[in-house]
This record gives sequence, structure tokens and C-alpha cells, in this order.
Amino acid sequence: MVFDPALADIRFGTGVSPRFARPTGVEDMLRRLTGPDRMAEAYPVPRFDGEAGEDIREFHRLLQARKKVRGTEAETPARRQLSKHRKKLRAAEMQSARHILLRGIMSEDGFRERLVWFWTDHFATGPRSQLHRASMASYVEDAIRPHVAGRFADMLWAAETHPIMQVYLDQQKNYGPNSAAAQKSKRKIGLNENLGREMLELHTLGVGGGYTQADVTALAGLLTGLKVEKNTRAVFKPNAAEPGPFMILGQYWGGAPGDRERELREFVEALSVNPVTLRHLAYKLAVYFVADAPDEGLVEHVAAAMVGANGDLVAGYRAMLEHPAAWSPAPSNVKPPIDFMVSACRALDIHPAMLERMNDSNTKARFLVPMSLMGQPWFDPNGPDGLPEADYRWVSPQGLAERIQWSMTAPQALTTKLPDPRSFVETALAGRAPEPVKFAAKAAETDWEGIGLILSSPAFQRR
Amino acid sequence: MKRRDFLIRSTLLGCSAAASPFMTPVALASAPWDARLVVIILRGAMDGLDMVRPYGDPDYAGLRGGLTGGGVGEADLDGFYALHPSMEPLRPLWQQGALGFAHAVSTPYRDQRSHFDGQDLLEAGTVGLDTGRSRDGWLNRLLQSVPGVSGETSFALGRDQMLLMRGDAPVSTWAPESDLNLSPQARLLLEMVSHDDPLFSGAVTDAVQIAESLGLIDVPETALDAQDMVTQRMKDNRKQAANGHMLLADFAAARLKEEARIAAFSLNGWDTHKGQKNAINRAGTQLAEVIGGLHDNLGPEIWGKTVVLAMTEFGRTARLNGSAGTDHGTGSAMVMAGGALRGGQVWADWPGLGEADLYAKRDLMPTRDVRAHAAWTLRSLFGIEQSVLETKVFPGLDMGGDPRLVL
Repeated sequence: MVFDPALADIRFGTGVSPRFARPTGVEDMLRRLTGPDRMAEAYPVPRFDGEAGEDIREFHRLLQARKKVRGTEAETPARRQLSKHRKKLRAAEMQSARHILLRGIMSEDGFRERLVWFWTDHFATGPRSQLHRASMASYVEDAIRPHVAGRFADMLWAAETHPIMQVYLDQQKNYGPNSAAAQKSKRKIGLNENLGREMLELHTLGVGGGYTQADVTALAGLLTGLKVEKNTRAVFKPNAAEPGPFMILGQYWGGAPGDRERELREFVEALSVNPVTLRHLAYKLAVYFVADAPDEGLVEHVAAAMVGANGDLVAGYRAMLEHPAAWSPAPSNVKPPIDFMVSACRALDIHPAMLERMNDSNTKARFLVPMSLMGQPWFDPNGPDGLPEADYRWVSPQGLAERIQWSMTAPQALTTKLPDPRSFVETALAGRAPEPVKFAAKAAETDWEGIGLILSSPAFQRR
Repeated sequence: MKRRDFLIRSTLLGCSAAASPFMTPVALASAPWDARLVVIILRGAMDGLDMVRPYGDPDYAGLRGGLTGGGVGEADLDGFYALHPSMEPLRPLWQQGALGFAHAVSTPYRDQRSHFDGQDLLEAGTVGLDTGRSRDGWLNRLLQSVPGVSGETSFALGRDQMLLMRGDAPVSTWAPESDLNLSPQARLLLEMVSHDDPLFSGAVTDAVQIAESLGLIDVPETALDAQDMVTQRMKDNRKQAANGHMLLADFAAARLKEEARIAAFSLNGWDTHKGQKNAINRAGTQLAEVIGGLHDNLGPEIWGKTVVLAMTEFGRTARLNGSAGTDHGTGSAMVMAGGALRGGQVWADWPGLGEADLYAKRDLMPTRDVRAHAAWTLRSLFGIEQSVLETKVFPGLDMGGDPRLVL
């Protein structure tokens, strides 16, 4: 394997930048990844166990308070307070959006940011409750980011139990039909399979992973008892839990409702190191980082490393990065919209203050709305299967039209002075620009069109 | 065509940055015939038992009484089935014979109940999914089998986001929200930098041709100009926020009045795991509005030549789950509309809803392949040979008897 520092930034990081030193080798990349999370420190995003949680509980309190006084004189002030709080949440959401972009743009540890994006999409969620709508970034901060260089078991546990995931996949509605709660309830309550199904189909074994409908139903049963408390914390309620045991994937799991947290944890541990799970993850990593149809040897190598290391993710990353197929020089995958925009900002070397001080309306206009029109709505995927992987899904006529529009207009708005396209073509493409792109950089009638053409070219769009 | 006509776009910017614009593309194709076909994929698994309610079945009330309450029969269609309230505005179409349903239908997909595989199979039109994702969709294979479908139209070559229309035959996609402003020189250079990459060069050519044919290409003179255009578009989009689904209907109808003969798009929101009463009402209202919009916008002459097929990946459990919703099931219904439909009827070989009648003791038993109805529609509407339909368009399908869906 020949390590290629520029390719390390382009394919495994958030793009080349004239400002930051490139990684010197695989061990250097992993050292940065396992070191302190400098970007999270520099550009904080609130967490559910901190400010985000407080904000959501306050939101809930204000909603209830308004409900109570509906139709009375006190309604107007209650409504005013609520709308003030909503504004606060919206401002925090936009601040988080800027911080997430800035982390990608300013990072010397781009592999970490990419892994966060990858795992966020693997455990894709969207807003289902107005209480959580503005706090989607906090889900990633709680459940994904702390675990990207850890054990898959811990991320799996954190993601499945997170309030946002529970609400997204209806776990709150999942009750044991024979639980104490169901016996007492006047309404008919019972199993809801949504979380159990996606846990097997999307998050672990994968759709061909050999599970059956009976496994899905049984897992839904084992999941009963897992609930959300105060809209912000995972909690286990024995009175909602179906008495076990449950036969899942050929083994019995769970027993008395009182011990459900430990029982579910044991199952998650076992599922997380199931070789079928780890091979599914290896395949997805290879597709995301390397190619739509990845080299089989690469996939098997990554899978074997993760199996050997009991689901230790860094072992998998190391295996991927040391495999020659990961470094084939020809550009392959098309960058998803956020990757494209962040890598363009890095190549343009935009000043961080440009984004730090950007107001909310410009943040939407320059980043979030175009990103949506390119096919990646901000924290709102089409479904729990997340973003598409195949290149052609991004390079549709209208998706590409949006990329072209953005390339031609955003750089002008994000820099005080545009670089000369003739030098920019070298920086942005790390000295490996194809001749037609170099020619276009020279031949464009204006500097902004020159920059736009470079950023729109397949040479920049692929990695 | 005036540019204004196509400033029909939407971006949901209202309460949150997380709100997404309505980004569903519409796929369009032209073909050498005069009839029009609109295929709508209802994503999320529509509950056929709720949309077209078999209230005449003795077991229905026991299964669904909690959801539908009494008085289902008041929305009676034919003495056995009743209409979901959200579809009630379409009753005049039912009375004219321009609305109909096929019930207890499904694709050959069984048992796994994954939305994503289920939709792939529905759009691929095949019996099973080969390893990995399918390569082309049945609407595209239909076009491949017809001589005279060529790239020589204003909608040349496209790469689709919908598997249904994906494949070697020329199809275009465009989201009603998008536009493209380029100077002639930039356009030439863009073609040049993309030339050696078939995916990109194809998409550039398509994007430019589509935008041109829709009158969307403005030429900015300065960088400031270009930015103003983006800002203006954003404002236009914001105004159109709430009615995303109607943009699809309007856009498709506008194209079908011109060269396009086939249009396809998706409507989401059918995955009613909880609180189905409200959830399905939203989705059903959208579907009804889209069908109504197509009817209004196409005008009597074109509507008279049109069939709309709205199909879903699978149905939902016959029983309600613990959260007043339904989980993934098997058999469902297909919604059909259009002036060319022999509507006013529900086509079904009704399996019954008793415990023993259900598929795997939980789902509506499919008694007919939904692809057979689609195939007979293509047979009657476009005159496609049965052998072509059973081998190329829907390989491995036995079309069975002619349900005579089309006038």
C-alpha cells in the first residue's frame, strides 16, 4: 500500500486545505482520531444531559402551561413565553448547524468528522416530535460522536436507547401486551415492531442477515420496557415490559420484567459482535469511503479485523486504511452534499469568522437550503435507511444543477476576495487537475465562473 | 413556455432549519402514443384495509372497529367496500367511472416486510430481488420495448432517482424547485470538464436541456446577478411551502399536456405505525388532492386519455397494534383513476378476513399480483403485446384473465 496524504484528506477526510498539514500516514490519522476531540471543544453542540435537555424540558413545561390557561386571560402571556422559547431553540439549532459545518471546515482530523457523518447516517433519524425538532444535532453529539473511535456495542446501545431514536421509531408506543401497564390500561396497548425491525434490518444484521419475522416480533418484545422519561432521558420501566424469555436468532433472551435493562444490554452486546453485523458494517464503511461496488477483499479484510477485535471500530478503520484497494488513485465516490460544500469551503480557505458570525437567514440561504435541494435535507432523511449511497442518486440532472448553481454563487459570498482560478485549480485538486479543468479555469470569462467550473467538475465532485 | 409557469417550487423554511423542501423529482418520458399514464408510488406501505374498507366482511368491524368507529357504511362504494373519508372529495370521479380500486393485491414480495426492499421490488417489477439492488424499473423496460421511444424529444436521456423509471430508455427527471443559470461560455466549459465522466456528462446535458425546455436558464451577467437570482428563487420557494404535493401534480400535468406521455412520482407518509387515524388521513388527503389536481389541470380531453395508478410496496397488519396503528403486512390495495379507466368498481378476489384467511395469520391475503393489473393497463392503454409484458416488462408474470380496467 502506498499512503497518499492528499488522497487521505480527499477520500477519508473533509477535503484538502491550504491551511492545514496533511496526515503523514495511517497511524497519524488514527492517532488524531483517538486523541482529544478538538473540534467538539472549539465548536460545541449542546447535549441532552446538558443545555439541550433543559431546553426541551422547558419547552414541554411551557406547552403544558399554555394548555392549562387556554381560553383565559393568561393565554396571551403564556403564548408569548412559548414563542420566545421557540425562537431560542431555533437560534441554538442554527448555531449547531454552523458549528457542524465549521468542524468539517477547520478540522485537522477530518477522518473523525467523516466517521461522525457516516455513523449518523447509519443510525439515521429525523424529527418526529416538535419538542425535538430543533435538537437533532444533539442526538449525534450524545449517541454517535463519543463512540466513533470506540466499541460498536456502545454506539449501538447509545443510538437505540436515545430519546430521538425511540420517538423516531415508535419505541415509546411499544408495550408488552401482558405487561402490568397493558393490564391496567383502558386503551388497547401492545407491541410496536418498528424499532426492533430497523435495529436488525438497518443497524446490525442487514436485510439479508438471516433473521425472520418471528425474530423481529421477539425483539420488539425484548425492547418493551425501554422508554423515554421527561422527553430527554432513556429509562427502563418494568411495568411496560413483556415477561420473557424471547427466542431471538436461535437463543433465549430476557426473563422477568424487572431486569430488562441488563437483559437488553446483553442482547445488544451479542448482536454488536455478531459476524453478520460486523460484515454488514464493513461493507457499508467500504461503500461510503471507497466505492459503490467495493473490492471484496477490502470488505472481508475489514470484517475480519472487526470480528477479531470484538467490534472495536478502530480495528476496522485501520484494516480499511491499510488495504491497497482503499488507495486506488482514480477518484471514485461522488461527495454527498455536505461533504461537497465543506470541502469547497476548505479549498477556498474561507475565514472561520465568515461562518461564526453568519446570521441564521444567510446560514439557511448559503448552506442548508442548497444542501436540501442537492438531496440532503438537514437532519431530515427520507427514512431510517438514511442517505443514498449510489453516485447516480446524487448526480441527477436537478441535483447536479444545484451543485453547479452553488459552485457559481456561494464562493463569492463566502470570501472577501475570490482566488485566481488558475491557482485555485491547483489548490482545490491537490495538483492533480485534469487538463480540461485547467483549461476551463483559464478560459472562463470571469473569476467566479472559473471557480464555479472547478468546483462543479467531476474531478472535484468525486473522491 | 413562460418562465413564470415553472416557478412552482417549494422550500419549507417555516419553523425550523430541519424542515426539508419538497424535493421529490418527477420522472417523465415521451412515447409514440397519445394515452397518458401517471404512476404514483405510495411509499411507506399504504393500509389498503383502511383506504378501501371492506365493511361488508363480517370480520372487518372486529378487526378495525377501534379505528373506524361506526358508520363506515355511510361512505359506501358498492355495498361491500367503503371509501376512506380523506378520499370522499373524489366521489364524483367514482360516480363518473373515473376512480376505481384493486383490492387484496401485492407484489411477489413476502415475509421480510422491509420498506426498502419492498419498494425496490415494486419498482423493479420483478419476482425477486437479485443480490444487491435492482438495475432498472418496469416503466423503463416498457419504454425499452417500444420502438420509437428515442432521445429526439425535448426531454432527452435522463438519470432517474426513482428505480421505477431507471434504465436504458430515455427518461428525464427534474424537481419542480430547481433551476439553472449559466452563460453560454460557462455551459460549453462545463460540458468540457465533464466530458470524460459519463455520469456527469450525461447529467450536465440533461440538466441543461431540461432547464432550457422549461425556460429556466437565465444568463447572469455578473456575480451579483447570479446571487440575486438565487435569492429570488429562495423567496419564490418559500411562498410555495405548504403545497409540495400539488407542485408534483401541477408539474406532471403541465408536462403531460405537452410531449410527456408517462409521469411518475412518489407520495410519502403511509407508514402508520401509530395514531393511524390522523396519519393516514394526511396521506390520503394528499393523494386525493393530487388526483383531483391532475383531473383539473389536464382538462377533459387529456384526462379522458389518462390512467393514474397509485401503488404501494405492501399492506399492513389486519389487526391494530398496541399504538392504534398497524405494522408492516402483505396484501394492500391499488388506487386507480383517470378518464380512460373503466372505474366505479373495486376489482378483487376477496380472501376474507377470518383468522384462517389471513396471510401468516396477520395480514390481508393477496389474491392477485398487483403487477397483473399494471400489465393489463399497459396492454389496453398502449397496446403492448402480452408476451412483451410477461417477459420483458414484468419478467415471470402470469397476467391471468383480463380485468378490463381500461375503457
